[in-house]
Amino acid sequence: MSRVAFGSVIGHLRRTPLRRNLIGGLIGLVVVVLVLESVGPFRQGQFATMAYLGIAVGGLTVLTGLNGQLSLGHGALMAVGAYTAALMLHDVDKPLPLPVVMLLSVLVTVVVGAVVGVAAARLHGPYIAGATLALAVAVPGIASFFGDNLGGEQGLSVSTPEAPGWFADAVYFLTAHDVTGTKYLAYVGWFGLIISFVLLANLSASRVGRTWRAVRDDEVAAELAGINVGRARVMAFVVSAACAGLAGGVMAMVVRIAAPSGFTLALSLSLLTAVVLGGLGSLFGALIGAALLTFLPQTITGLGQSLGLSDLQSAQLAPLVYGLTLVLVILLAPAGLVGTIRNAWRRRQSPDPAPIHPQQEAMQ
Amino acid sequence: MQQLLTTSLTGLTLGMVYAAFALALVLIWRSTRIVNFAQAPMAMITTYVALVVVNAGMSYWIGFAAALVSGLVLGAVIERVVIRQVEGKPEINAIILTLGLFVVIHAVAAIIFGSSFRSFPAPFGLRGFEAGGVTIALTGFAVFSICSVAVVMLLLVALFQHTDIGLKMRASAFNQEVSRMLGVRVTRMLTLGWALAAVVGSLSGLLIAGGSLVYPSYMDSVVVYGFVAAVLGGLDSPGGAVVGGLLLGVSLSFVSGYVGSELVAVAALAILIVVLLVRPAGLFSHATARRV
Repeated sequence: MSRVAFGSVIGHLRRTPLRRNLIGGLIGLVVVVLVLESVGPFRQGQFATMAYLGIAVGGLTVLTGLNGQLSLGHGALMAVGAYTAALMLHDVDKPLPLPVVMLLSVLVTVVVGAVVGVAAARLHGPYIAGATLALAVAVPGIASFFGDNLGGEQGLSVSTPEAPGWFADAVYFLTAHDVTGTKYLAYVGWFGLIISFVLLANLSASRVGRTWRAVRDDEVAAELAGINVGRARVMAFVVSAACAGLAGGVMAMVVRIAAPSGFTLALSLSLLTAVVLGGLGSLFGALIGAALLTFLPQTITGLGQSLGLSDLQSAQLAPLVYGLTLVLVILLAPAGLVGTIRNAWRRRQSPDPAPIHPQQEAMQ
Repeated sequence: MQQLLTTSLTGLTLGMVYAAFALALVLIWRSTRIVNFAQAPMAMITTYVALVVVNAGMSYWIGFAAALVSGLVLGAVIERVVIRQVEGKPEINAIILTLGLFVVIHAVAAIIFGSSFRSFPAPFGLRGFEAGGVTIALTGFAVFSICSVAVVMLLLVALFQHTDIGLKMRASAFNQEVSRMLGVRVTRMLTLGWALAAVVGSLSGLLIAGGSLVYPSYMDSVVVYGFVAAVLGGLDSPGGAVVGGLLLGVSLSFVSGYVGSELVAVAALAILIVVLLVRPAGLFSHATARRV
């Protein structure tokens, strides 16, 4: 009896995507609090890193998976967000409240993303890849050129903001632990991640998301159905840029500096690795990808050292694994980790599966 | 006046090298409709091969030849083993694959050869010619760069226009199905195309490195410039790639000389965006019909 009632309550709550996503977000929040309170400061720092990578990867996976645009320039967009935050948190006595800083990072990046998106909306395939690759290579140069304002090669140092009193009180009330600087940043990062993922999940389940998918699968058909293809693609890019901006803002605080060397092509390519590994378009996959980007390098580097490689050589093993991952996923499992498991699951669920068109499978 | 001359000559030399790199991209694009972003690290690693040979005490020219041969082999192997799998698949797969190769080759080079900056020899002088007490910024190595790229271009023209194998390659690039029916071994032609492109890419890698420093990411910006040059020319035309390369080389040299070398990549990005917005099919394009 109670099971039936419980089931109907769950069923009621799951009825709309918004409610479903909000519940997912709340569960995520509980998990985040539990995890962050039970690990040490070092792991908290790593989780903060995972949070900002996850935000950026989430934005990119929506752009690539749902709208079919491949951006190699998200590292550059993160740089825009990071420099915006750094300019506001660099050598100021009374910094603006953190949400305002984050919001401004997002807004500035949205403006830049809109410009890039308008240009990219008219391109396809390799042209977008090339143009955004150029963006990734070009943007660190801008920071070096305006050395007086942006700190040149050394970059801008960022003073870590203090946790506000009410926040420390709330955490103490809930967990009986004090809030340290690292833990506060990890919380900020994960709040950002949960908010952006709930919004992204909602968006992709909505009319807008369907429009994006329609544009991805067949531009001409989408246009015939009355969709403004150009606007849909710019919108997707702007949403994705907003995520990159937020990620950059969090990153500036976590690494305590915004410098050109932090936003190399390698960053953009590792974001792409996470997207591809998780499966294009899957937010859960994005989270797994971000976790691998955060926790894998240390493990692999340790493995390399135990195999007798020098420190410098071991440090290069992580990029090697990223690259091999990209190649192998494309060759063996184009739907990514989550997509492949999901497809296998579906195949088991329905004994007579509908044949999946290879093109669709690759784009899922 | 002298700075103008210097800037133009430097731009011309760089332009020839970018043209070679763009040519490598165009060769692959024509045959397989793939932009090979891994071209840069492929050229980088073959330059390291040359460096190893030269450091072993052999002459520059043996190193030069070794780099080109290893480029040939690398290009063929990569096409055969990896790229073959995604030909005819959605274009996003091929793009991600070449980027994966980009990262892999980078990391392999850093593991084998180290990430430090190493100087690379040049076979000719790096001092400008003197004419009437004024030093002209045309170095012996610059002349060599221009000549070698020109020779490679002439060889490619001869190959594609006047030999049987060139005709077969053009046929397979034009229409695989029909060529196959006419008895052309299309897959073999595609492999050959990649191998030739890798040789041209290696040459540009050697020319960029000559008299300068080599490190795993020294070609990364060149792949952007090569791509911009290729797009300027229309991505489909070898002649366009050469003109695009020269135009880009001179423009970027002026940006570097008069504005600031940090903004070279930004200028390349701006040129790319303008070209793509105004003439997406390149400067020399005709209107083409697109089948839906």
